[in-house]
Order: sequence, then structure tokens, then C-alpha cells
Amino acid sequence: MDPIVPDRIQKELDRFSKQDVYIHLETTNGAYASHHDEKAINVGAYIRNARIQYSRGKIRGDGPYRVGLKMESGWVYAEGLTHGEVDPKGRLLLAGHNREGKLTVALQLSFEPFE
Amino acid sequence: MNKHLLVIFPHPDDESFGASGTIAHYRREGIPVTYVCATLGEMGRGMGNPPFANRETLPQIRKKELEEACRVLDIQDLRLLGLRDKTLEFEDLDELADRIGAIIQEIDPHLIMTFYPGYSVHPDHDTCGAAVIRAVEKMPADKRPTVHCVAFSKNCVDELGKADVVRDVSDVEDKKVAAIKAHRSQVEGYRGGLKEKLDNKDPETMRWLLKERFWTYRFDR
Ligand SMILES: [Zn+2]
Repeated sequence: MDPIVPDRIQKELDRFSKQDVYIHLETTNGAYASHHDEKAINVGAYIRNARIQYSRGKIRGDGPYRVGLKMESGWVYAEGLTHGEVDPKGRLLLAGHNREGKLTVALQLSFEPFE
Repeated sequence: MNKHLLVIFPHPDDESFGASGTIAHYRREGIPVTYVCATLGEMGRGMGNPPFANRETLPQIRKKELEEACRVLDIQDLRLLGLRDKTLEFEDLDELADRIGAIIQEIDPHLIMTFYPGYSVHPDHDTCGAAVIRAVEKMPADKRPTVHCVAFSKNCVDELGKADVVRDVSDVEDKKVAAIKAHRSQVEGYRGGLKEKLDNKDPETMRWLLKERFWTYRFDR
């Protein structure tokens, strides 16, 4: 994955807008957070292959970046995004990684369901 | 009775951290080893450092890493259950136990290695162990293979006592380190700079890795 170039990602967000798309949205601090730090709480959530439509999608910030997708009656939001790519299947994959390279957040869009 | 070791863990790399020295010992003695790996660690956070994997490429990358670890350890029978990382506890436990039971029937192992249910930190570890125990419990008591469990929760020694099987695997250090390193996406960026510690043979790290601890599961309790 490459460091995010916002202009390029903005074009991709525009490409997926105003039509049905499949989304993968995820954030996590890992399954071992509370094992390694008693005060920490394991936190994570993901949704995979929900079908949504958004009228406007924007990438904002100076890096790490935030993305918001405005839907007819709600929002999709992700922050802490550092890396992105359009994969060989034409899907937009955005992710945030911490200093150790570990994934902390992911937001992905595709016209076909993710496997 | 012909010996055959059956190893059952949920994630690629569980085998390398917890049991690869023991596996290498068995293979050196010519004892067949079957490894059943329940998922491909699809939801792992490690992507390499700098990241070379992404959420969508990670499963196939981890599958290759797992195959490489099996090559290093001379495991000739690798079976994937095709379940999804982080979802084992939401599957039907009896269904999972029956799938594992069918493999136990087929292989007729003298020893099974898995995680100790309730003492293995990750819900997939605990569920995998629980499914194995349930599968063995369904067998007649005199037909049950021995089950050695890996445990590493904070309370495991307090509640289970000390591990009753402690195996020194320093004579197969090369194999264990190579098996761990095969899981490149997970080892790069691993807590505390594990990759560098392995490269430099950090004494504390090696002491931790070269003693493998197992608790024999007591079905009579
Ligand atoms: Zn694991």
C-alpha cells in the first residue's frame, strides 16, 4: 500500500459515489490489547459487505486522513487513514497503520462483494 | 500403537510460537504430524512493517507463510478448515467439534496439541481448544488420545498449576526460529521488536521460545 495522496483518493471516492457499493469498515486495537496492558480494553468492530449508496464522499485532513461518506439517511466515517491503493480488482482499499505497521482502521469500497 | 501427532490451532503462526520445537522433535523421530489450522488469520493486524499486505491480500499471504512454516517443520499433512478469523466463537461448537472429531477418527492420533479452553487469551484460541476437548470427550474414555494444551493467560498458572509438560527445544532452535520467521507479515512489527530479537538471538527471548509448556487436559475433572 502507498501513503495516501488525497487528490487521488478524492477521485476514487467520486468514482464510487451515487451507486450501490459494497463496504468493508473496520477498526481494532487487537485481540491482545488487554493481555498486554491491564488497563486497556479490547475494542474492535467491523462490517463487511454491507451495501450502501452515498451522494458525496470526501477525504479531509493533513495526514492521517479522515473520510466521510454522506448517505441518504446517515454517514460512514473513518479516521486515522494513512495508506491507500486501488487493487487489481478496481477496489478502493484505505487503511491506517500505527508505527509498528499494524492495521488500526480500514475502509474499503467495491462494486462486487468482498470474498 | 503407531504414533501420530495431531496439532489443532486456529491461526497460522500459533503452531510456530507454541509448539514448533515439539513438532520438530516428533518429525526428527519420523513420527507423522498433521496440522489442522482453522482460519487463515484473515483479520490479523500485522501487515508487515512497512506494510506489504492489505486486508484483502492478507489471507493468501498468510496461507503461503503457513505453507512455508510447514515446509521448515517438515509437516506433510496440512489441513485448512476454512473458517474466518475472529468468528469461531459464533459458530456452532458441536458442529466444529464434529468436524474435528472426524479428523481424529481418520488419523487416530496418540497425542493432540491445541489451546487450553478458557486460558488462551484470544476467543478463537479458547473456542478451538473447547471444540477439540468436546470432540475427544465424545469418544469412549479408553479410546481417547492424550491432549496437551498450550495456555498463556495471566491466570493460567494460578488456576491450572504449573505446566506438567515442559520441553526443552533448544536443539531445534534453528527450526523454531525459521518457522516463526516464515510468518513474516506477523513477525515484522510484532510487539517489542521480536524480529530484531530473533536476529540477535536476544537471551531473554530465546529462553522464552525454547521452553515449550503444555498442560495435559484432565477429562476426569
Ligand atoms: Zn492465534
